[in-house]
Amino acid sequence: MIIKDKVFEIYPDNISAEQIAHTKHVNSLTPEGLAVAAMKDVDPDFLKKLGNGKIMIGGSNFGCNSSREWAPSALMYAGVELLIAQSFSRIFFRNAINIGLPILESPEINEYVSVGDELEVDLSTGEIKNITTGKKTQGTILPAFLLKIMTSGGLLETLDAER
Amino acid sequence: MNITEKILAKAAGLDKVEPDQIIEVAVDRAFTHEKLGPLFFKKFREMGLTIWDTKRAILFVDHGVPPSKVMDADLITETVKFGEDYNLTCYNAEGISHQLMPEKGNVLPGRVVVGTDSHTCTYGAFGAFSTGIGSTEMAWIFNKGRIWMKVPHALLFKVSGELAPFVMGKDLALHIMSLTGADGANYKTMEFTGSAIKVMELDSRMSLCNMAVEAGAKNGIIEADEKVVEFLKGRTDEAYEIVKSDPDAAYEKVYEIDGSKLEPTVACPGSSENSVPVGDVEGTPFTRALLGTCTNGRMEDFRIGAKILKGRKIHPKVRLQVIPASKDIFSQCIKEGIVQTFLDAGAIWCNPNCGPCAGGHYGLLGQDEVCVSSSNRNMKGRMGDPSSKVYLASSATVVASAINGKITDPRSLV
Ligand code: SF4
Repeated sequence: MIIKDKVFEIYPDNISAEQIAHTKHVNSLTPEGLAVAAMKDVDPDFLKKLGNGKIMIGGSNFGCNSSREWAPSALMYAGVELLIAQSFSRIFFRNAINIGLPILESPEINEYVSVGDELEVDLSTGEIKNITTGKKTQGTILPAFLLKIMTSGGLLETLDAER
Repeated sequence: MNITEKILAKAAGLDKVEPDQIIEVAVDRAFTHEKLGPLFFKKFREMGLTIWDTKRAILFVDHGVPPSKVMDADLITETVKFGEDYNLTCYNAEGISHQLMPEKGNVLPGRVVVGTDSHTCTYGAFGAFSTGIGSTEMAWIFNKGRIWMKVPHALLFKVSGELAPFVMGKDLALHIMSLTGADGANYKTMEFTGSAIKVMELDSRMSLCNMAVEAGAKNGIIEADEKVVEFLKGRTDEAYEIVKSDPDAAYEKVYEIDGSKLEPTVACPGSSENSVPVGDVEGTPFTRALLGTCTNGRMEDFRIGAKILKGRKIHPKVRLQVIPASKDIFSQCIKEGIVQTFLDAGAIWCNPNCGPCAGGHYGLLGQDEVCVSSSNRNMKGRMGDPSSKVYLASSATVVASAINGKITDPRSLV
């Protein structure tokens, strides 16, 4: 699966799952209800910035603490097409894959991208090409079974297809 | 192998496992609650899925009950309905999942427990492997009773000596967070051992394992002992096996901590890794205090709180909100006269649930309000407005501080 789009923002380390979709901003668990809550405490302009590109960059320990699947869901419903972070916290990582939000871990990503750069990312090889600068870097390749879950829409979609 | 590896190997039907190995394990108990279950209920119904074992899949209504938002009322209704339709036990408004799971005999040593709540790691206090997962994955587990997992690398925390009076498991947990940092144990297991753990009450051990996820850990775990066996009497009739780490078990890193030197510890706003000895922040003023949650809403917490509070008053500028973690704890506090002691001192006593801990229910913090809390998280905006601030502390420190209206070393009041 290849994703080609622009980086709309780069976020710092330790952004927690609850900051990504805080209880106080979520008034309905519908896609719209979750989308409007996305990143509100961290970046009130988040939804506006998504108009400039669909690739989001996070720091280390992205999505830490809470187990709420609301977090990756909010990002996905808000329109994020790819999330690259230096590292993900454990539960967020599983949740993103299980709902089919494309994510990629790349410890050195910050040295290779700036806001506004256009990237071409191949999820199956983990290769990240910065079209704007011509630089290339590598993300961690997912085990095949996880890649399949993530790129076929999520865990339940996989289960559905298996039956 | 260490405890976690042994439990996972057994649940995967293997003789041996190694860190980073991907395995599929059978789950002993799995639960969800009203905030995160409804995310998969609809899909579960639409796909016509069935429950793998109706005695092992459990529901809770615990986060905000009785509800203060219409959305929450609807989520509760959905959760109760799911329980009725699929014949599952649903503990409705009886307490927080992490207290009720063990209280109701659903956590046994050597077993694998998963829940859609990150603090599911609390049950390591009973020698079980337990971890938090997401909603979609829970749909899969409710249907199949198994989960894939990567065997975690292990960190060992050897705590020697014995904690001093009025120094609690929570203080140790906060101290450990300052050593590991907020992601120092990401994907790893944190195993706690040593004389200080041995003499610790189960309540403090739960508090310690509860905080493991704050360092990013997959689970926290303590070898079960006679205290666990005693606790389980009358709560289960299932046979269980206590699992111990081999003497030659491998650990990625061993931390040696002298428990007798540990002081009351407070995490400054922003992250539990910002932990410092109470002396460093003594005198910090605040107006809100919370005693309760799945970290510190148990008998040990209320007993020590009542002991400090007896004959004293809460500072007039402070609102101390007290929330027991379960109905049984609530009843016991009434029997022991603890509720009266708190009421006489001017505290507000609430029904068992999560309250304002996650910023979703009564007792939220407004602009610039400062709270000293016995809960486990204090990132920006956690309990309300993004400008509010939360200091995390032990129950003893919360109560002592509420009396003075400024952060106080509980040892100075006894
Ligand atoms: S008490 Fe707080 S941390 Fe514990 S389960 Fe409830 S909201 Fe989560």
